[in-house]
Amino acid sequence: MGRIYFDYHSTTPLDPRVFAVMEPYFRERFGNSSSGDHAYGWEAEEAVDRARHQVAQALGVEGREVIFTSGATEANDLAIAGSFEAPNRGGSHLIISAVEHKSVLKTAAYLEGRGATVTCLPVDDEGRVRPQTVAAAITNETWLVSIMAANNEIGTIQPISEIAAICRARGVLCHSDAVQALGKIPFDVRSVGVDMASFSAHKLCGPKGIGALVVTDGARDRLVRRVHGGNQESGLRSGTANVPAIVGFGRACELAVAEREAEAQRVSALRDRLHATLRAALPELFLNGPSEDRLPGNLHLSFRCVEAESLALSLEDVAVSTGSACTSADNEPSHVLTAVGRTDDLLHGGIRFGLGRYTTEQETDEVARRVIAAVERLRSLSPLWAQVTQHPASP
Amino acid sequence: MNPSPDDSGANDRNRGLEAPAAPVISYNEVVLDHFLHPHNVGELAKADTDGFVVVGDSSCGDQMKLWISVRNQRIAKIAFQSFGCPGAIATSSMLTVLAEGRTIEEARLITDDDVVEALGGIPAKKRHCSLLGVQALQAVIDDWEKRGRAPPEQP
Repeated sequence: MGRIYFDYHSTTPLDPRVFAVMEPYFRERFGNSSSGDHAYGWEAEEAVDRARHQVAQALGVEGREVIFTSGATEANDLAIAGSFEAPNRGGSHLIISAVEHKSVLKTAAYLEGRGATVTCLPVDDEGRVRPQTVAAAITNETWLVSIMAANNEIGTIQPISEIAAICRARGVLCHSDAVQALGKIPFDVRSVGVDMASFSAHKLCGPKGIGALVVTDGARDRLVRRVHGGNQESGLRSGTANVPAIVGFGRACELAVAEREAEAQRVSALRDRLHATLRAALPELFLNGPSEDRLPGNLHLSFRCVEAESLALSLEDVAVSTGSACTSADNEPSHVLTAVGRTDDLLHGGIRFGLGRYTTEQETDEVARRVIAAVERLRSLSPLWAQVTQHPASP
Repeated sequence: MNPSPDDSGANDRNRGLEAPAAPVISYNEVVLDHFLHPHNVGELAKADTDGFVVVGDSSCGDQMKLWISVRNQRIAKIAFQSFGCPGAIATSSMLTVLAEGRTIEEARLITDDDVVEALGGIPAKKRHCSLLGVQALQAVIDDWEKRGRAPPEQP
């Protein structure tokens, strides 16, 4: 068996059905969707409109509420910094959580240097933001609450509807980085109740370099543009539309939503199979994140006396991600594992297994086989393992 | 939350001068080989052990146990166990290769640079890993001396 890809949270392969609809827009239909004077422009504009409709349908919003961006990082920036810069924002208090993606954490830190005050909410030991903590943190100065829909490391699904309801009741804007949720769990923007949500195509077997910020009608005048120019995307995001990528994003959304239920079932069964096989073979293995309400393709494990990077590298041709790697002398563990209190020295980080659309049962079993062999090898190398097996303890 | 200086944006002149993101760590073939197939792994029998030490790197949690057997002022056998990243395991392995068969005097002179050089280089962020083995080697020789074996003659 050649290389095996188990890192679907990081990015995904492009679905051939998506590539097929994109291809003509790299070739003969290369027009600029803003060129209103000829057929090249018209066909590009038509394609963008169609894709916008597909994305909007998948998310339960209107086409005009979909603002295409270069990806979720830019969408998060537009939602957070764009609403901070709006003249009518009210206060300067921002609420986020400790397990947000770097693009939210860093944008918050950037705004902190520009006069914002930021509350970074703690999470419980499964990575969940408790809605009460949001309610308690909101002040008269709060202009925005930004909490992710599902965590990219340990797969925790946040009670985002409850959080959105609290924000609505308090008259505070609510944004969610929903990159990991789309196509994995039901996420209808209107029924979830957030004002804004960020998405990215390459997490759902679409192309890289395209994403969207959904700005619901009610939030439209609470936001100003971050990128200036030709006033594309209802004036919120200037720049020539990335037509082939937008076309691909539309199709990827359509497929992800249509196939979501069946896929979630298939992928979570494979994930559970992997977990069960490993648990049966290896003692002192710990699940990070929730045992229920978890993203279907996510499994995040720590193995006592096994350093995560060593394990990842021992898997030879299996692509997984380390929750924390000792990459520097001042060893910075994953902010998510830290937030859930998983800082036991003997665990030394964890491994994220990300399963997805093309993961097979055969691959899953092969990954399990290699993980078992690698953990056993590293434990035999470890000066600590003999001690631990004599005195096992829960972390 | 506390903004770090490079995130605050308070000083626009510094923008664009932020430290680049951590480079992707990639190991060369020699390092990978020593990680996947480390030399001298295990422990020495009690009767064979003339020096033994446990050392830890508190900065990253790495730990190493090192055993030596000394005959005629020479490291006749050496064995290790390491807990840590691939850099820690590969440098531990290479350290034992460099030390095996050396006189105590020669072994005292092995530096972290020697280990890194023998491995054909190691990613910058992993350089500190090589220190642990060298510290362990010095400490295990100290232990051997303490056990009352004849210390080497001073040059």
